[in-house]
Amino acid sequence: MANTYFTEDHEWLRIEGGVATVGITDYAQEQLGDLVFVELPEIGRKLAKGDTAVVVESVKAASDVYAPVDGEITEANTSLSSDPSLVNSAATGDGWLWKMKLSNASQLDSLMDEAAYKAHIG
Amino acid sequence: MIGEDTKHLPLEDLHNASGARFGAFAGWSMPLTYPAGVMKEHLHTREHAGLFDISHMKLFEVSGPGTAALLNRACPFDAGALEISQSKYTFFLNEAAGIIDDLIVTRLGDDRFMVVANAGNAVEDEKHLHALAADFDANVEPLDRVFLAIQGPDAWAALARAGIETGSLLFMHGVEPRQNWFMSRSGYTGEDGFEIGLPEADARDLVAKLLQDERVQWIGLAARDSLRLEAGLCLHGQDLTPEIDPASAGLMWAIPKEVRASGHFIGADALRSILERGPSQKRVGLKPDGRQPVRAGAALVDADGNPAGHVTSGGFGPSTGHPVAMGYVDTALAKPATRLFADVRGTKIPVDVTSLPFTPHRYRKG
Repeated sequence: MANTYFTEDHEWLRIEGGVATVGITDYAQEQLGDLVFVELPEIGRKLAKGDTAVVVESVKAASDVYAPVDGEITEANTSLSSDPSLVNSAATGDGWLWKMKLSNASQLDSLMDEAAYKAHIG
Repeated sequence: MIGEDTKHLPLEDLHNASGARFGAFAGWSMPLTYPAGVMKEHLHTREHAGLFDISHMKLFEVSGPGTAALLNRACPFDAGALEISQSKYTFFLNEAAGIIDDLIVTRLGDDRFMVVANAGNAVEDEKHLHALAADFDANVEPLDRVFLAIQGPDAWAALARAGIETGSLLFMHGVEPRQNWFMSRSGYTGEDGFEIGLPEADARDLVAKLLQDERVQWIGLAARDSLRLEAGLCLHGQDLTPEIDPASAGLMWAIPKEVRASGHFIGADALRSILERGPSQKRVGLKPDGRQPVRAGAALVDADGNPAGHVTSGGFGPSTGHPVAMGYVDTALAKPATRLFADVRGTKIPVDVTSLPFTPHRYRKG
């Protein structure tokens, strides 16, 4: 996955033309278990790295998903409203969470590539 | 976190071999889920049979001529009225009628009873029983057992195939089918099922036999929680605490009328005065509108924004297909269909007061 970055919080970002598509990794969805609800962000919301962007809810618990970089929300994956289990079945594909326009592309340099992420989760 | 003081289940190796994911609960490292995941585990239990390792729970055998009197002091019930093999759901109360723990007590013999207590309160329960035993001619023995629950419509058939006949045992009855075994028809899922305390070596044999049956699979603590919540059953530490009395909790059905009127149990005076003035809050079922779960700790307000109560358990009901919760609300708001609002991260989620359980009980009573 070229142009794909990973965070220590188990998110992935795919970069196309200054816009990042963000989701959680397969490892993360496995840890969370079956998702039953995803609280999606508002379009146009500006986020700083570390802000809570989305809340994913499993049967048992609610977990925050943080903005991995600064930027502005341009799209949310509304198909998750009717089928949150897409995050479980296709975490790195149809189960993406949101898209954001990057305001500081240099922040990507501090993120991991796939090999480094695989080493991170062991 | 799983720390050094964390207790480990005797069958932990079997859970590891089955791919369990562990988490801490009441001081124990417990299997939370297996590879099937909480949703499938929950539904499997309702459709077939789920096998739960509940060895974190504690069995106490109380015996001696003063046992019934001791239990009548500790619990608001009539131990002497139990027939041999009959079980009762009851509690240890404090002087303020607060619930120290909720329990199942089974009469094993004339002067012999089994008390099954929650993991989180086991140490305190043991101290409480020992302290009381000094005033009565009774002996309290904490048992070292593996404790398994098998729950669901196929539970009895799976046990039969494993060589354990349960035919004559009805819901809320318990027997000692083999040496050092205790088996009751009971559970905490709303389904028909059994709880079996037994020595570790016997447990390993039984588990191996049961898991050969395709109707049986291991079920983790996460599904145990969603099953009991759908069944409207209380979790001590959340829905019941030493600050909550049985009247507020809607558990007065567990206290016989004569005991309410003239029992000498600890907390009797406090409970009588609560009953006289009526509890100020009541435990209710709560059905959130939409798909977003409303969880323990969420504040409840009425239509005008006035405080109405709080949620004590909440999550998603895999069988109901919608979020389910329970909590305490002001008595005036406890009527089913009352619309309230739960504060979830600043958003007001509409919730309707509803009768419990969410999923009908399917106990085998006769």
